[in-house]
Amino acid sequence: MTETAPAIELKGISKSFGPVQANKDISIRVMPGTIHGIIGENGAGKSTLMSILYGFYRADSGEIFINGRKTEIPDSQAAIRAGIGMVFQHFKLVKVFSVLENVVLGAEDGEMLTPSLVKARDELTSLARDYGLNVDPDALIEEIGVGMQQRVEILKALYRQADILILDEPTGVLTPAEADQLFRILARLKDEGKTIILITHKLREIMEITDTVSVMRRGEMTATVKTADTNPTDLAERMVGRKVLLRVDKTPAKPRETIVQVRNLNVTDSAGVHRVKDVSFEIRGGEILGLAGVAGNGQSELLEVLGGYEAATGEVLVNGSPIDLTGAHSDGQSRRARSIAHVPEDRQHEGLIMNFQAWENMAFGYHHDPAYQRNRLLMDNTTIRADTRAKMERFDVRPPDPDLAAKSFSGGNQQKLVLAREIERNPDLLLVGQPTRGVDIGAIEFIHQQIIALRDAGKAILLVSVELDEILGLSDRIAVMFDGRIMGERLPHETDEKELGLLMAGITDTEADHSVAEVEAQLAEAGGAARKEGRA
Amino acid sequence: MDFLQFLLTLDSTLRLSTVLLLACLAGLFSERSGIVDIGLEGKMLISAFVAAAIAYESGSVWVGLAAGMAASLVFAMIHGVASILYRGDQIISGVALNFFASGLTVVVGDAVYGQGGQTPVLAGGARFNEITLPFAETLSGVPLLGPIYSELISGHKPLVYVAFLAVPLVWWVLFRTRFGLRLRAVGENPSSVDTAGVSVVGMRFKALMITGLLCGIAGAYLSTSQAAGFGKEMTAGRGYIALAALIFAKWRPIHAMGACLLFGLLEAIANLYPNIDVFGLFTIPVQFTQTLPYILTVIILGGFIGRAMPPASIGQPYVKER
Repeated sequence: MTETAPAIELKGISKSFGPVQANKDISIRVMPGTIHGIIGENGAGKSTLMSILYGFYRADSGEIFINGRKTEIPDSQAAIRAGIGMVFQHFKLVKVFSVLENVVLGAEDGEMLTPSLVKARDELTSLARDYGLNVDPDALIEEIGVGMQQRVEILKALYRQADILILDEPTGVLTPAEADQLFRILARLKDEGKTIILITHKLREIMEITDTVSVMRRGEMTATVKTADTNPTDLAERMVGRKVLLRVDKTPAKPRETIVQVRNLNVTDSAGVHRVKDVSFEIRGGEILGLAGVAGNGQSELLEVLGGYEAATGEVLVNGSPIDLTGAHSDGQSRRARSIAHVPEDRQHEGLIMNFQAWENMAFGYHHDPAYQRNRLLMDNTTIRADTRAKMERFDVRPPDPDLAAKSFSGGNQQKLVLAREIERNPDLLLVGQPTRGVDIGAIEFIHQQIIALRDAGKAILLVSVELDEILGLSDRIAVMFDGRIMGERLPHETDEKELGLLMAGITDTEADHSVAEVEAQLAEAGGAARKEGRA
Repeated sequence: MDFLQFLLTLDSTLRLSTVLLLACLAGLFSERSGIVDIGLEGKMLISAFVAAAIAYESGSVWVGLAAGMAASLVFAMIHGVASILYRGDQIISGVALNFFASGLTVVVGDAVYGQGGQTPVLAGGARFNEITLPFAETLSGVPLLGPIYSELISGHKPLVYVAFLAVPLVWWVLFRTRFGLRLRAVGENPSSVDTAGVSVVGMRFKALMITGLLCGIAGAYLSTSQAAGFGKEMTAGRGYIALAALIFAKWRPIHAMGACLLFGLLEAIANLYPNIDVFGLFTIPVQFTQTLPYILTVIILGGFIGRAMPPASIGQPYVKER
């Protein structure tokens, strides 16, 4: 008996976009019936490589072998014929179509629709039975949650008889419970003999589910190892190309006088939903308060109130005097005047104007700064550019070119731009939401260091994050929000993910004797409910 | 108003709705595929001119119809090249075609026929004639149904039947065939079609071809069926009204027929009852009734009648992305 041929073998794949070489001489072997992880920072060339495999791009050079046979993949149709299915990061679904119609689209059996739909309905039933992929075939895509939509994408691939499934950053949009569910499905698919390629930048996922992992850096494949033979630190180092601290390195906090006092804060949004309920807390100088919680439990609204663009009742004192909460006089400008800076959760919509250049973005909110004015009428663009360049260099924004549009930077560098703008103003209170969402490991380390440096300078920091690792690593105190309330406060060295997870699901210590499954179900529900409200 | 008068009003409504309906269904294909077609007007106009001129020259209205459809198809393909292949702005391309048609028809018409842009009057085989459906005479005596059949349903020109029979056909194509599924998908989320291995460019060109052909029939109807020859700017904004009807109908064929019948009715009232006397109190002047379709268009486009959800990707050129 001969050696089993790899399900996929790439030999010497190269691809350039103009002067940028996205893939350099890449070779990889993916064995059948395994889960193969491809890890790398944003822009390392993972997605380009997979797009070549799925026929979206053509490689400049190199060969593709599927199950040992040399295969040309000029378009997606060819990839589908070769048994490759792809689940994109941004789903390729028609929102106003039913699940059934989405599955059938492009894989119809003939000119008439009805026979295809009947056949697909049967097929979905048996796929649901074989792999535990239950979805209501008649539900409209816009009416089902993100986790379900992802299932439809997987079903689409399976319906097309895919034996090789590529998933591109599949957990980016999922709650932790949904992600666990996805991993269970992937394990089941693997047991049934499917080959799975998982593209991610999350080390934990790689360690959790893959058999083999390949690391990409700057367009090159730097290593392929058995997952069992490696560890997160090693992988991170290979990804970034230098030693990376996965744990945040910080000295114990030296809290000073109280900077922020929040008393009985209540927020009701425009739809009349009571989002923040009687929240009170304090933050002292030299201290980071981490606010944990499943997205949609009031943290965003809290940030918005403090940042000045949502009204609330209650009282907030900053440096001993109240800030306006009515919404009538509060805005970002009035907050900045009180030395409050805000790094919003959604940097692409609230933090930056993507089509504007870096120096223009750097001036936003601080455009009244006297140093930025040439005279009463004109702004001094030369000074703003020079100032921007200096800040970009201090915050290691790459490339440090003030004339580049914000959208041309990677996620991590965009975030560094926003942080540079806010932190360089030396605020007494820094509000920071999801500081490392969609940010590379190398940049995460840097961003954490900057936040800690501001803390060590004696400033108060309110950190909102859905990443528990980040909350545990950065915070000096942790408050957990659930359904608009603060469920409790913990010290990071006296708690763990499990306890925080319970609080995030609204379960306090007294009733903490619950099974993990129950908690997961509650978490999923909390996430789902939050999304539903978000849509409405 | 007696029953016969009522039937005659509806009869006129059918005739006047036909051109709108054809144009509206034409626009439906284009817009469902994600291409805004503000150029329905121009395509109808060029087709009306070419159909009238060729029908006059050849003596056959069918040859004229084919020529008109071909001219409209050429315009649709220009729109396609500009907006699909070169990803140009769809509104600008459509408006440009409207201006082009408006100028070209008059210039060429005047150069050839020297009648200030008009084509010679069509007669005989160069114009469509009414079809009397079987048993129209015999059944006309039957109470109620008889007159409806013989007056309202029978006795129209062929293209009227083509337009109204096209409605269920379009519905069937849109919702019951593979082509229809892909067409609707490509207007909603072209990348879903692309990743399924179907060409977005191909789908959109196919849709525009149908748009061109249907618009061609609409234009030919105007000059060889409703009128007896081409007159300068004879479309008179019907392309835009058809577009308004399409939005009103929320891009659905059966509803499109309803919307077009409503516009047709307004136009019929203006034609048949120039001055409407209201209980002897005052008279609604003809100028007002003639304005009604346009007022309704403004109301619809202003979004006063429900929220229209257009195909999600309409107006956006498709760029492949990961």
